[in-house]
Order: sequence, then C-alpha cells, then structure tokens
Amino acid sequence: MKNIAISTAAGLSMLANAAFAETEITWWHAMGGALGDTVNEVAEGFNASQDEYVITPVFKGTYEETLTAGIAAFRAGEQPNVMQVFDAGAATVIAAQGATVPVQDLLETNGVDFDIEDYISGVRYFYADADGKLIGMPFNSSSPIMYYNVQALEAAGVTPPVTWEEFETVTAPALKEAGYTAMSQSHLPWIFVENFMSRNDLPFATNANGYDGADGTEILINVDPLKDHFTALTKWQDAGYFEWFGTGWGDNQTPFEEGDVAIWFGSSGSFGGLSQKDLGFDFSATYLPYWEAVTTEPKQTFIGGAALFAMSGKSDAENAATAAFFEYLTSPEVQYMWHRETGYVPITTAAYEMATADGHYERFPAAETGILQLSLDASENTRGYRMGFYVQIRDVMNREFGRVLTGETSVDDAFNTIEVEANELLARFAQTQN
Amino acid sequence: MKRAGFATRWLPILLLLPQLAIIALFFYWPAAHAVQSSFYLEDPFGFGSSFVGFDNYTHLAGNSEYGRIAQFTLLFTVLVTFFSLALALLLAVKADNVIRGAKMYRTLLMWVYAVAPPVAGFIGLLMFNQNWGPLAELAKSFGWDFKLGVNFGDTATAMVLVSVWKQVPVNFIFFLSGLQSIPKSVREAALIDARSSFRRFWDVTFPLLAPTGFFLLIINITYALFDTFGVVDVLVKGEPGNNPMTLVYKVYVDGFRGNDIGGSSAQSVILMVLVLALTIFQFRLVERRIHYT
Repeated sequence: MKNIAISTAAGLSMLANAAFAETEITWWHAMGGALGDTVNEVAEGFNASQDEYVITPVFKGTYEETLTAGIAAFRAGEQPNVMQVFDAGAATVIAAQGATVPVQDLLETNGVDFDIEDYISGVRYFYADADGKLIGMPFNSSSPIMYYNVQALEAAGVTPPVTWEEFETVTAPALKEAGYTAMSQSHLPWIFVENFMSRNDLPFATNANGYDGADGTEILINVDPLKDHFTALTKWQDAGYFEWFGTGWGDNQTPFEEGDVAIWFGSSGSFGGLSQKDLGFDFSATYLPYWEAVTTEPKQTFIGGAALFAMSGKSDAENAATAAFFEYLTSPEVQYMWHRETGYVPITTAAYEMATADGHYERFPAAETGILQLSLDASENTRGYRMGFYVQIRDVMNREFGRVLTGETSVDDAFNTIEVEANELLARFAQTQN
Repeated sequence: MKRAGFATRWLPILLLLPQLAIIALFFYWPAAHAVQSSFYLEDPFGFGSSFVGFDNYTHLAGNSEYGRIAQFTLLFTVLVTFFSLALALLLAVKADNVIRGAKMYRTLLMWVYAVAPPVAGFIGLLMFNQNWGPLAELAKSFGWDFKLGVNFGDTATAMVLVSVWKQVPVNFIFFLSGLQSIPKSVREAALIDARSSFRRFWDVTFPLLAPTGFFLLIINITYALFDTFGVVDVLVKGEPGNNPMTLVYKVYVDGFRGNDIGGSSAQSVILMVLVLALTIFQFRLVERRIHYT
C-alpha cells in the first residue's frame, strides 16, 4: 500500500518534472512569525540562485505539531522532502532508520563536498549517529545563554556571575538590594537540566547518553548536583532572587523585557527578537554559570533548536534537489544572513569567520555568546543525548518542577518521580524499536 | 392503527447505507484500529512494533499521574456541568419573565454560543493574563494572587470559568424553550395554589423541566469531558507542565505530542468505554423514567 503510494507520488512528480522542467521539493518547518519570514527568504534565495529546483516551505505549527504531521504524512506515503525536527524529537526520527536519508550520505551521493570539520564543534554530533555520521542537518541551532540588563547590574555594582556560587552570594543579593528580581528562566528542562549536565560535565544517560542504542538506556537525573541546583532554586525563590512564571516561555521572558528581572536565561536564538524591541535598557549576554562545587572545568553546552532531515522514499532527482538546497543553506553567505536576522548560531566555521570579518560581533557582542559557548571545551558528556519519548520526559520534568516551585512536592520526591517515569518511558520506547 | 412500512426489504437498507457507511468509515474502523494499537508498542514511523498484551493498560493503572488526571477530570466535569446548568436555569427563568425587550436580552445571552472553544480559551487567556488580565487584577484586589499557568488551582479555576461561560448559552436556549412549552393553564393553576414564586418553581416548573434537564445533563457531561479540549489546550498554551488537564487532553499529549501510539490508544479505548457506559445510562435509566410529553 505504502509502496504504491510512494511510486504514485514519484510518478506524479516525474510528470511534474516533464511539465515544468524543474524539480519541486517541499520543506515542512515550525518557524512562525518573523522567523517564518526569514525561512521564506532563504527559500526564495535558493529558488533564485538556480533554475533547476524549486523549494516550497510550509509552516506546520509548533515543533511537536510539525513532527507529528511529518510522521503521519510518512505513514501515508506523502512525506515532505525536508522536515524540521527539534532537539527533543531527534531520538524518534533518528531511531526510525529508513525514515530519513542520512544527510551525510545524501550529500556524498550527490557530489557535495562534506567535511564534518567544517562545522563548529558544538553542532557536530547532536544530530549524528553513534559513529559520528551526520543524520540531520543542523538548521536553527541555538544554545541557552544568560542575558542580563546592563543598567541593572551597574546599579547593583556587580558583573555577570561566572559561577552559581557567585550568583548566590554576590550577584543576587546586590540585585535584590537594587530593587530587582535577580533571575528568571524560560525552559527548565532545557536550560537547568540538559545543558546543566553538559556545562557541568555530567553524564545524562547510560549507554553514552543513549547514543549506543535505546535498549537499557536509563536517565541519570536523580543525582546530587542537579538536585542541589533545584534545592538552591527553591531557596532563591524564597529569598526573592528567582521567580518562576509558569511553564510557558514568554511568561518568563516578559518580566525581563519589562525591566523587573535583571538576568534571564533564554535561547541564543532569542537575540534577534530582543534586539528588535525597544526595551528601555541595554542588554548583553554571556555563558551559563556553573557550580564550582561540581566542576572547575566547565564545558560547552548542547546545541538546541532543530535540524533538517531528508525524508526517504523520494526520487533521485528530488534527493538531488534536497542536497543542492542543503549545500545552499550551509554556504557562509546564507548562514551569516540567517545568523544575523534570527540570532541562531551559524553552523560552519566559514560563516562564523565571515560574521567576524564583517564586524557583526563588534556591533552586537551578545550575538557571539552562543557560538562561543558551543565552542568551549568538549567532553564525552557534551556530544548530545539520545532518548526516546523525550517529549514526554520533558513534560514529566516540567510537571514535577512546577510542583516543586509551587510547593506541592519536595525536590527529592520530584526527582524520584522523574527518574521512575522517565525510565518507564525509555523502556517503553525501547520496546517500540523491535 | 395502520402500520406504515416499506414494500421491499432492500429499500430501507439502501436508504440507510450512506449513513451506515459513514459510521463504519469514520467510527468503527478507527475505533477498531485504536483497540488494536492499544495492545502494541509501535515505532511512530511504523517500522517496528512489539505486541505487549495489556501492558499499556496496566501501565496506566499503575501510573499515579493518570489517576490524578482522572480525578481532576471528574471534579472538572461535575463543576462545569453543575454551574453551566444552574446558571443557565436561573437566567432562563429570569428571561422568561421579561416582557419588554425580551428578544434583546435573549440574544445577548445567546451570542456566546457562537464562540468556538479555542477562542473562548483565548479570551480567558487575556482576561487572566499574569501581568495585566482584568480578571486576574480583580482577584488580586481581593487579595487572591491569581497566577494562570503557575498555580494548579488558579489554572483549574480559569478552566472551569471559561468552560462554564462557553456552555451557559446552549443550556439557556434549551431551558428557555422548555419553559415556554409549559402550558399556560398549568401555570395559572399553580398561581392560584401557591403565592410563593419559589414554591411554584420547585413544585411545578422544575419537574416539568425535568426532560429538558436530563437531556442537558448528558449533553453537558459529554461537553465537559470532550469538547472542552480547545479551552484546555489554549489555557495551558500547549505546554501542560504542572497545570491540570483532562483525560482527552492527555490522549492528545501522549499521542500527538509524544508519539506514544500504543499508550494513547489504550487511553482512548478507556474513554470509549466511558462514553458507552454513559450512553447506556442515558437510554436505560433516564429515558425510562422521564416522560417527554
């Protein structure tokens, strides 16, 4: 049934080729608003750059909605050529070998030069398999960074904290004295769990963070450094250093934009949006703090955001078009444009050098934070993580953290629950892979 | 009395066929699929799957979170049903007494019916906005630090309020037409027997409204269980976190956000059984005891 559908689709697209003499491919993405406009700009740029291929971007809603739509379409044999999948969905799509054509194979088959060393170190392995072969093409790559209100920190007479110890003893009390809530953040699982692990050089799951296969992978979340961090958060909340405005991203960003909160943990991709707003203060950004008590050699963070996957079951002509699009997308000019407009990090060294040479970081020093943080020292723990049903695991974390921060449960109970439920989900996911 | 009937056996079947085909295609077939999927754990893309028997069901039974959501759903359904019916009845009785400008009042009370659940949810989101929502401000003026999306109870309150607001007009329309179908002679007789309008309502009007009331009860329970999805989705902004959710929303979260097809199929089978029980309850108990004429 599926094969018939695929061959019919292929047949139809061949007819289309004959009629228009150009290969049409589709690209499903989750970039709304201003980001969506930039995505359209990239697509139009590709279409104008040559006359063999035409790419059509289609906005499919949130990251979760896009992934679900892509899966449903794949099962019906009507998948797009290119699908954007976010970090938490990576395990699902990479585990389904045969659903996508590994990007590295796609590029090499179609004669596009590919060298993993061209990519900045932080983006190389997150969307790769256990052997380091690139499966998905990193697209909107971001990492959590620390934004701060320059005037607020000046008023309090402090500098951005390098360690959490400094935040606790120096920065936060001074900011409180100056009339600010010291800190808020927009995504607890991403910023204070996943990237907490890589920044503090801690393993996140067994089986090499899950890269070695779904069988027997267990999450390593119920550990003292992480629990201590959340205990500290509740203490800071009581002391008025930290406020939590719910699980929604924007609810936690707004108080920073309004000048009530002095330090906000968000995405390096938030830079574009923040700089377009009239905030009434200057903002800058720097690395995520680390706990000196945990490590004295802090590491790079995980790449967040999403990657583009080439769906399988397409004709060679369409795959060639997809490869050509990826080649265009990774060119330094396009990467620099994407980086400049959105704040997402450029994924290649060449694009980063182009941005540097153009003086982009002299004009906007904060724009460089993400890429610098992703280029810090790496270790086994910073490559990424690969866990199935991870969207639900994040939901479990959000639920339990919300309960901790509204006083419904204790840190110990919350982490026990997360560990149990996450491991159940991982075991269930392993069963889907037989 | 002469019984009307068809001359051939095939004509009625032929006439029923389109309807049966639609039911089979859009209900029985997917329902059968859901039952089948609930016994498997399947790779979202459809590559691998394991037969796990009743594992998906026992997993739910042993999951304290699922129990918590079921409890919330029960409470939510009771509250939404009770308040939508009670408020609508009060408004209908009052509107029934109005003579001047009756049409305008009725229209004003009914228009909310045209608001789609997600839009109702969105209006709720604005009214309860953490920073400047007028209803959140009102709560704060009474010393209630209302925080939608942060505090479980506050989010639950907003969900109930918005769902009730959305449902009152439907009930209002039915109650009003129910009231208007009560014969004038009965009312006049009651007027002679009892001076107290309160007693007249409970002894005469209310029992005569019972058929409408029971019909609405079932409608409202299904509304609270299923149709409030849009309200819940918008109020939790697609990120459930520590916020309350209903069983239907949980099916969506696990199946459509998390791609756990087996687990969410098991949950939808449970809901299917629930609806079946509700329907049997309606036909067996309610229909037998309430007379519709």
